[in-house]
Parts: sequence; structure tokens; C-alpha cells
Amino acid sequence: MGEFINTFIKSAFIENMVLAYFLGMCSYLAVSKSVKTAFGLGLAVIFVLGITMPINWLISEKLLSENGLFGMDLTFLRFILFIAVIASMVQLVEMVVEKFSPSLYNALGIFLPLITVNCAILGGSLFMVAREYTFNQSVAFGLGGGFGWFLAIVAIAAIREKMRYSNVPAPLRGLGMAFILTGLMGIAFMSLMGIDPGVFAGK
Amino acid sequence: MAETAVKEKEVKTAEPFFGKKERKLLTDPLNDNNPITVQILGVCSALAVTSQVYPAFVMAIAVTLVTGFSNLFTSMLRSYIPSQVRMIAQLVIIAFLVSMVELALKAYNFPIYKQLTVYIGLIITNCIVMGRLEAFAMANKPWRSFLDGIGNGLGYGAVLIIVALIRELFGKGSLFAGSAIEMKIIGPSADYFVNTTESTLFGWYSNNNLMVVPSAAMFVIGILIWIQRSRNKKLVDIS
Repeated sequence: MGEFINTFIKSAFIENMVLAYFLGMCSYLAVSKSVKTAFGLGLAVIFVLGITMPINWLISEKLLSENGLFGMDLTFLRFILFIAVIASMVQLVEMVVEKFSPSLYNALGIFLPLITVNCAILGGSLFMVAREYTFNQSVAFGLGGGFGWFLAIVAIAAIREKMRYSNVPAPLRGLGMAFILTGLMGIAFMSLMGIDPGVFAGK
Repeated sequence: MAETAVKEKEVKTAEPFFGKKERKLLTDPLNDNNPITVQILGVCSALAVTSQVYPAFVMAIAVTLVTGFSNLFTSMLRSYIPSQVRMIAQLVIIAFLVSMVELALKAYNFPIYKQLTVYIGLIITNCIVMGRLEAFAMANKPWRSFLDGIGNGLGYGAVLIIVALIRELFGKGSLFAGSAIEMKIIGPSADYFVNTTESTLFGWYSNNNLMVVPSAAMFVIGILIWIQRSRNKKLVDIS
């Protein structure tokens, strides 16, 4: 359990996907004009990351690795399999949500299918492989990374809503200001580096 | 009927192989329609590799190759891909090309492969590739699509290299570190072109550590957008 919390805190705050690794930047910049839509997209990302991460862990450990099911090194298939899992999971999540909770489905709207090409999802899976996480850690990394992404997009959407009433130089309006704000938020998040996740792990 | 067919054929052959339109496809993305500063595509995997020029350069080449060839292949196959599964078909083409690039890099330049780690794989979800496939390659002929892909890759690479030049020069005092043409510009030892420990003029200088942190890339791009939009009024965001 300690390890789980440790990885969660680390991936949500200290190594935030958007502010430290610039993952999922496209939708982060494009969908952060209002808090409401940002909130919906953030929830969808938590959902999809939390599901795809353990599945991709099982694929890379049990199918593609040398001591897996086929007994040979199939890592060159990693990209194609990961992206296939992500695309089909997004499709599946879309169908399940539509069936069981039409209100949530309507709230998320077009953002669900867009998540397929969100770099944060594939990037999370690739980071998980590169860092050799265990199964528990990969679950925590999925949920924590998604939560960090959610925090970042809701925060910038709120700032951009307020920004609309400020006197920003015309050429910097919109996109330029969003970039500079993200930079400032990145520096603010850097102060969280002082957190020692070991404290939560009971060490 | 036969006449019109002949006429169409004549028009086709009369089209120049590399005319004005083709040149526009290559040069437009460099400034007026830049993928990063105007279209906001492909910011995702790019910014983390810009702390030094050499990895940024390798990344730019990799992305240019992938955008060019994925546009070419998709455009060739565009009439055979059913529209319901086109996303998956496009993703398979892109994933295949990126796997090729990754294997080539692993074989020929392992240190850079280590440094770029997951960002090579992330070219798959780089919005430029997918965006150009959807916006251009699905509706245009192969040769033009190829040029459009190469042009967008170069426009992306240009921004990447400009940002990396600024960040490495002010953050580390060197340029092209890690490659064969490494240049040490300014720093506190005798290896550097300007030696800050002995120089009276530059004795005050020390490297700006802010430029090394990831956030600096955001500031540099924000300022690039500012400069570009104040020179080109039609790009200004009115909303």
C-alpha cells in the first residue's frame, strides 16, 4: 500500500505529466478555454489512463517480454500493440459509459474519442515500461498521472477564464499567453519537488 | 466523353513537377502556417527534448521523415481505406514508421536513443502527423502530400531548433553538445571560447539555470509567438 501511495503522489504532483513532461499538450492547450469542458476532459483522462495502464503492463510483461507467453523478445511490436489497446479501450469505455450513464456520456461528449491521440496516455504506458514498474505501481501511476493532468488542465482553464478580462498585448492574446502561463505553473509545481513521497510510504 | 478524358489527361501532364504550388506547400509551414506556433499541433512530444540542440536536431529529422512518409503512404492508400476505420489504419501506418525510426536510431546512435527515450515513441501520438493526414493526405495526391508532410516536419523542426539554440546557449553555455561539432561558447574554464574566470568583460556571467528546466521552453515559445504575431498581424487571436 505504501508503494502505491508513494507512486501516486509522485506521478500526480512531483512529476506532473503536463508540467514536467509536456504530455497531452495539444488537448491541454486546445480544450482549456472554459473550466466546465476542462473538467469533463480531465475526468475522462483519469478514467482511460487508469484502465489502459494495467492492461498495457500485462501486455508488455506477459506477452512481449522474453519470459512471457511466447518465450521470445517481441518488444518491436510494442508501439502498435499499445496504440491498439488504447484505441480499443477508448472505444470500449465510450460504449460502457453510454450504456450505463448517459448523463456522464453527454457531459464528456466528443472528448472521449479524442483521448486516443492524447500523448499522455501512450506516454504514460511508455514511461511505465522505461521505469520498469510493478503491477501495483502501474495502477498507481495511471491514476496519479491522470489526476495530475486533471489538476493542471482545470487550473489553467480557470486562469484563462480570468485572463479574458485582463489587458494582454494583442499579439500575445490566447495561445501565447497560454504558453507563458503554463511555464509559470510549471515553476510553481517545481516547488512541490520538496515533498518526500517516502513519508507517505511509512519509511 | 472521350474528349473530356483526353483533356483531363493533358491538364494533368501539364502540371509542373515542382511549381509554385509545390513550393508553397514546403515553405508555408515554416512561418505563416507553422505547426507549433499557429496550428498548435505537436507541442506534446517536442518540448522536453529542446534543452540541447543535438537531440532536438535528431528529433526534427525523425519527425520530418515520419510526417513525410506517412503522408505519402496514406495518400497512396486513401481510396482503399474505409472511412469508419481510417483512424486505426492511419495509426498502424504511423506506428510502423515510428518503429522503423526507433530501430534505426537504436542501431546507429544509441546515446541519443537513450536521451530521447519515450519521446521517439510519442511521435505516434504527435498531433502534427495525425493532423496532416486528416487535413491533407486524405484528400490530395501522393507527391503533394509528401511535400506537405516534409514542409510541416521542417516547420516543426525549425521551432524546435530555435528553442533548443536559445536554451542551450543561455542554460549551458555550449552548442551541439554531445555531437561531433560541439562548440563551447561561454563558461568558467579554459575549454570555453569566452572564459568567465579570466575575462574582465564577462566576469559577471554565469549560466542561467532557469533555461535548463522544462518550463523555460514554454516561455521561449510564448515569446516566439509574441514576436511572430506582432510582425504578422493577421495571425492575432481576436476572440
